[in-house]
Amino acid sequence: MILPPAVVVPPTQSSPKVTNCMAEISKPVPSITPDLSEFFEGARNNRLIVQKCEQCARLRFPAYEICSNCRSTRASWVPVSGRGEVFSFNIMHQVYHPGFAAEVPYAVVVIELEEGCKFVSNLVGVKPHEIRCGMPVEVIFEKLSDEVTIPKFRLRAAR
Amino acid sequence: MSLRAKCAIAGLGQTRMGRNYDHASPVGFAAEAIQLAVDDAGLKITDIDGLLVNPGVTWMDSVMASFSLQQAMGLKDLRLSATMNIGGATAGAMIMHAAQAIDAGLANVVACVFADAPLKAPTPGKAKEGSAAAYGFGRGLNAAFGQFGVNAMYAFVARRHMHLYGTTNEHLGAIAVAQRQWANMNPDAQFYDTPMSMADYNSSRWIVEPFHLYDCCLVSNGGLAVIVTSAERAKDLKRPPVYILGMGQGHPGGDPMETLASGAPIAKETAFKMAGIELDDIDLAELYDCYTFTVLVTLEDYGFCKKGESGPFVANGRTGPNGSLPVNTGGGQLSSFYMWGMTPVSEGILQVRGEAGRRQVPKHDIGLVSGNGGILSTHSTLVLGAHP
Repeated sequence: MILPPAVVVPPTQSSPKVTNCMAEISKPVPSITPDLSEFFEGARNNRLIVQKCEQCARLRFPAYEICSNCRSTRASWVPVSGRGEVFSFNIMHQVYHPGFAAEVPYAVVVIELEEGCKFVSNLVGVKPHEIRCGMPVEVIFEKLSDEVTIPKFRLRAAR
Repeated sequence: MSLRAKCAIAGLGQTRMGRNYDHASPVGFAAEAIQLAVDDAGLKITDIDGLLVNPGVTWMDSVMASFSLQQAMGLKDLRLSATMNIGGATAGAMIMHAAQAIDAGLANVVACVFADAPLKAPTPGKAKEGSAAAYGFGRGLNAAFGQFGVNAMYAFVARRHMHLYGTTNEHLGAIAVAQRQWANMNPDAQFYDTPMSMADYNSSRWIVEPFHLYDCCLVSNGGLAVIVTSAERAKDLKRPPVYILGMGQGHPGGDPMETLASGAPIAKETAFKMAGIELDDIDLAELYDCYTFTVLVTLEDYGFCKKGESGPFVANGRTGPNGSLPVNTGGGQLSSFYMWGMTPVSEGILQVRGEAGRRQVPKHDIGLVSGNGGILSTHSTLVLGAHP
């Protein structure tokens, strides 16, 4: 896969969250970098948006400065259906960040959206070992803070 | 003009590998490896007039690694210097750059080195630090979903291969077991004393499915250097020359989850044409093996079997010590040590020289060496020969 731009969340960066008077270490909360500000604004409003090249109409995510198809630098953000299917997945057994310690083994999925763009995320409500390539999914949104909401996916009925 | 057999590898220097704390930093390992390589060739440090460095992940000031290593070693009056990085394909690329420069008259004796020191010496009273830290980075939004590190990205690609072609963990395990058998005959391998059966493989812990522990390469401290010089000069030196018969690079671009392919087809075309060989001429193959899966894909991409058929191809031990195609005969990165692309290069040199001890393959005139970087993103091919 193509590496996203170097917006590095150090494995140790996390914001302490207090729940039931017990300090827990939460999962990393992504920084809202300028290139993704519109994406996060969309997610806050429960809309999945991706970048669209204004010259050749190719969709892409994460954000890039140029289109890898036609090299145009003109792009806008457009909403997508949020429907797609599981293209690939893994099941993580190692803890790279303490926020995931209680969840291993957990799955990370690659979703191929109907519109043709791929999206790395989590599949909610399916046990890791029951995930299969080709499962039909749709987007849901998980609010991490007042500023940051992230798209996740759940199973949908196949049409 | 073809570069076929114009240059040769005249020296090989390899430090102790693995949990080796002889030096505090990669610079120390690199300097030791270069000294060993120069000694191996029967040359002096002052004969070196070219220095190419592939810094590992822990090299401070890695942007200027070749200059900082030159200063640390007190090398004077170099004619060629570069810090190079296309991941695991860099070792092959350094040797290509050295050969081109030597043939063009830009330098005479070029040292190419990789070194890294990601493992820290254990501190009394503290828990032993795992090796995952150095390669376990997470980027941006991916970290919020728990997607960390290179293992997790290769796992996506391997899963697609399994989904489309029916490749299984037993197929991956066949590579791991075959390479362990080779490593058990290599005293320099980190797993020299540790046999492994398919049952051991299957019961090893998961790292990130579909990868067990033994699907993933080792992490090693150490340094590995080679000396490249003209074929003419190499003939008069201490070791049997290892002729560079062919070389090439291939960087396919695109999404490896879609292509399920490396850059080998492109690199092979250039290298085999230069060497004037066909696949059948290969006596042994040292294929970059960051994961068992990488070996499967690379076997397909060189044409040893068709795309998607590598699983059944290796399932009967074909690549092991008693198989018909010797692959990763020192144990590879999975079972000997992890010096990025220098692991397959070093074993290729030893085999072609006929110096591989108990694991020496009987016919070793022509060796294939591959390098692979990123997520099947970059690729290098070397064809090494015992004769010009």
